[in-house]
Parts: sequence; C-alpha cells; structure tokens
Amino acid sequence: MAQEIVEFPIAGKVIEVNVNHGGAVEEGDVLCILESMKMENPILAPVSGTIAKLDISPGQMVESGDLVAIIEY
Amino acid sequence: MFGLYQSAFGELVANPLNIVMLLIGGLLLYLGIAKKMEPILLVPIGFGIFMANLPLGGLMVYTLEGLPAPVPPINELMTALGKGELGLLNVLYAYGIETEVIPLLIFLGLGAMTDFSPTIARPISFIFGAVAQAGVFVVFLIAYLSGLFTVNEAACVGIIGGSDGPPTVYLTIALAPRLLGPITLVAYSYMAMVPIIQPPIIKLLTTKKERAIFMKPQVRKVSRLELVLFPVAIFIAAALLVPKSVPLIGMFMFGNLLRVTGVTGRLSETAGGGFINVLTFLLGIIVGALMPAVLFFKAQTLAIIGLAVVAFAVSTSGGLLAAKFANLFLKEKINPMIGAAGVSAIPMSARVVQKMGQEANPRNFLLMHAMGANMAGAVATSVVAGVFLGMLQ
Repeated sequence: MAQEIVEFPIAGKVIEVNVNHGGAVEEGDVLCILESMKMENPILAPVSGTIAKLDISPGQMVESGDLVAIIEY
Repeated sequence: MFGLYQSAFGELVANPLNIVMLLIGGLLLYLGIAKKMEPILLVPIGFGIFMANLPLGGLMVYTLEGLPAPVPPINELMTALGKGELGLLNVLYAYGIETEVIPLLIFLGLGAMTDFSPTIARPISFIFGAVAQAGVFVVFLIAYLSGLFTVNEAACVGIIGGSDGPPTVYLTIALAPRLLGPITLVAYSYMAMVPIIQPPIIKLLTTKKERAIFMKPQVRKVSRLELVLFPVAIFIAAALLVPKSVPLIGMFMFGNLLRVTGVTGRLSETAGGGFINVLTFLLGIIVGALMPAVLFFKAQTLAIIGLAVVAFAVSTSGGLLAAKFANLFLKEKINPMIGAAGVSAIPMSARVVQKMGQEANPRNFLLMHAMGANMAGAVATSVVAGVFLGMLQ
C-alpha cells in the first residue's frame, strides 16, 4: 500500500473537517476547509484511498507544511 | 396644507423608468445579500439606488439632468438644507466624493489590508499585473473611436478593465464626474461577476494540461526589511515615473507601510477596520444615489456595460498570454492562469485561478501565486490612472 502525505499549502485556520479517520475518499474530495487570507479554501484529496491518519480539528491554527492527513491507496 | 400629506405614488407611476431603477436596486440587494456577491459594496449601492429613485424624498436633490444639485458656499449650506433645497447625500457627495477625499482614504485602508509578500516573493507578478491592463487601453481606444464618449470619458470607461474600485472612482471624478454613477456601478458589478466572466476565457485560451501545471504552493518567505522597503520603493518609483499617480499610490503605500513596520499595528488595524468600513458604506450609498433614472437610461450607460465586458476579457487574455509567453523562457514552468489574476478585482480573480487550478489538478494550490499577480495588478491600475491624468487633465 502506498501512502500519500497531504500537507497544508499555506498557513491559516482550519474551519471545517469533512472526512473521518478510516473513511474512504475519492480524488478531488474536500478533506477540510482552511481559512487563509480572509478566504475559505478547500484542501482536496490528491488520490483516492482511505484516511490512515487525521489529526486536525476545527478552529486549529496551522502552518504551511503541517500535516492534513495521510491517505493510503 | 394637503401638500404636507402628499404621497409619492403619483410621481412614481408617472416615471416608469424609476420603477426599473428600483428593480435594478433590488437586484443588487439580492445579489449582495442572497448570493453574497461583493455584499460590502452592492448592498449600499443597491439601497442608494432606492434613495435616488423614490421621488420627493429629498436625501439627494438633483438637477434636471440627474446630477447632484450643486452645494452652495458653506455659510449658505444650513439655509439650503433647512429649506430642503439639498439633502444629506448632496453634502456627502460634494465634500466626500467631488473632493476625492473618500476614495483616497479608502485606498489608505486597502493598503493596510494588503499583504504584498506574494508579489515581493515573485517579482515576475508585476509583468502580469502590467499586461493585464491591456483591456484598459484597448477599451479606451474603442470607446473614443465609437464617438459616444469624449477622450476623457473614454479613459474612465477603459479604467474599468483594471478592475480596481478606488482608482476608477478617482479617475472618473477628475475626468468625467457626470459618468461617476454608471461607471462605478458597472465596475463594481463586474468585479462581483469575475467568477462568471473569467473562467470561459481562461478555458478558451489554455489547455487542461496547462491549467494542471503544478507549482509549489508556498512562495519564498519575505523578510520584514523587504516588506518595509517595498511600499517606500514603489512609492518613490511611481512618484518619479508617473507623478500624477502620487495621490493614489501614496495613500495605498502609506497604508501598507503602517501594516508592515511592526510598530504601527494600532494604526493599521484602525485603517483597515472601522476607518475603511465607514468610508466604504459612504462611498456605496453615494454611488447608488448617483443613479436616478434620467441619468441612467442613456446610450452611454448601455455602451459602458458592453465595453466593460470587453475590457475584462482583453485584460484576462493579456495576462494569460503574457504568462504563456514567459513560460517559453522559464525552466520551472508557471501555471499560465496566474497571469489572468493580474486583473485585480482583489481577491476575486485569485480565487478563480485557485479554484480552476484545483479542478485541473487536486494537488494544485495556486492561491499565493495568484495573489502576487492580483496585488501587482492593483498597483498597475493606479499607475495607469496616473498616466491618464497626466495625459488628459
């Protein structure tokens, strides 16, 4: 099984988490919404697979490079 | 005696065009409130149109041509207001807009709200910001050659293509104050519609493969020194090259300097907070009140609505093609959509690019790159306004 590590592209605040640990995602699904530069930006799944690690919650401040999720496929 | 209780229904029915204007005002309120399109501007403008087109109200008193009635010298102002020869909005228009005070102070606030670090990190953004002014000049020529507009008016129609509010307002007050209402309405409406106007043009001029070009999401970290030097350097350069851009660029860069010094946080928070909010709703409601039916329903207004689309389209295409051209020489290819974000409409076109980039490739996150071009476009539009003023004033 391969792993895809998804990181936050820029700093901001997580306002919504749309997936669950262990859940299945399709490529292009919204993983979470990051508020940055006064805009709501969806972070998308780059591959289809299963969420193997997810450690974010709404309200959390994140830096670019922080982990969003690890997707196994 | 009965005049005191006169209702305005008769007046309204006698002028059906007023009713059409009320519908336009209602549409703007709907778009702002229900569709959340530029609500901060469209809601005040929509309500201002109500104020202008319900007769006999007296908030804004007009001349026969539909322009705001001139305000007398200040010692006679109170008498005129008391007699109902003028309204509150006449006073705000005369002292806030005709003097250019409000648009310039809004630009100060916008400077305090603008983060130039994506532009500083990628100076090539300036090329896109500059080329995306193509629509301004193309439409300037078309508008002038059409014979519908004088050369001064044509410049103000063209500047809509820079898709930046305050320079548009500033230039129009200086060169063609009669057209301020329609031009500002069209400019802000089209900015709100950038997410509808730009995607088809971008799709037409790029392949899916180009839109999917991946760029590292982070831009280089920019130091405090660079952030402080940027507004100072841009201001000095603009002042020397295009002296007439000094009021706009000066306010914009001063606001930005307050933001980045690290020691003037209180000032920049106020400039970008309550200060700009007050000015924004004043501008919105006054602009709305500049559109009584008698002024709005003219061939010129319809021509402005049509020409402005051309301006947005040409500017978008210009930015895109410049980015594609730059790619011929760049080792690390850039996503050509970044160029389209040179049409500022901050932050609308950057959002469009971000969204289309993600659609083409879920790994893409072009926001910061697009913002760089976006901010550069705003600076470029102010400079272009200065160029027009230098040529025509």
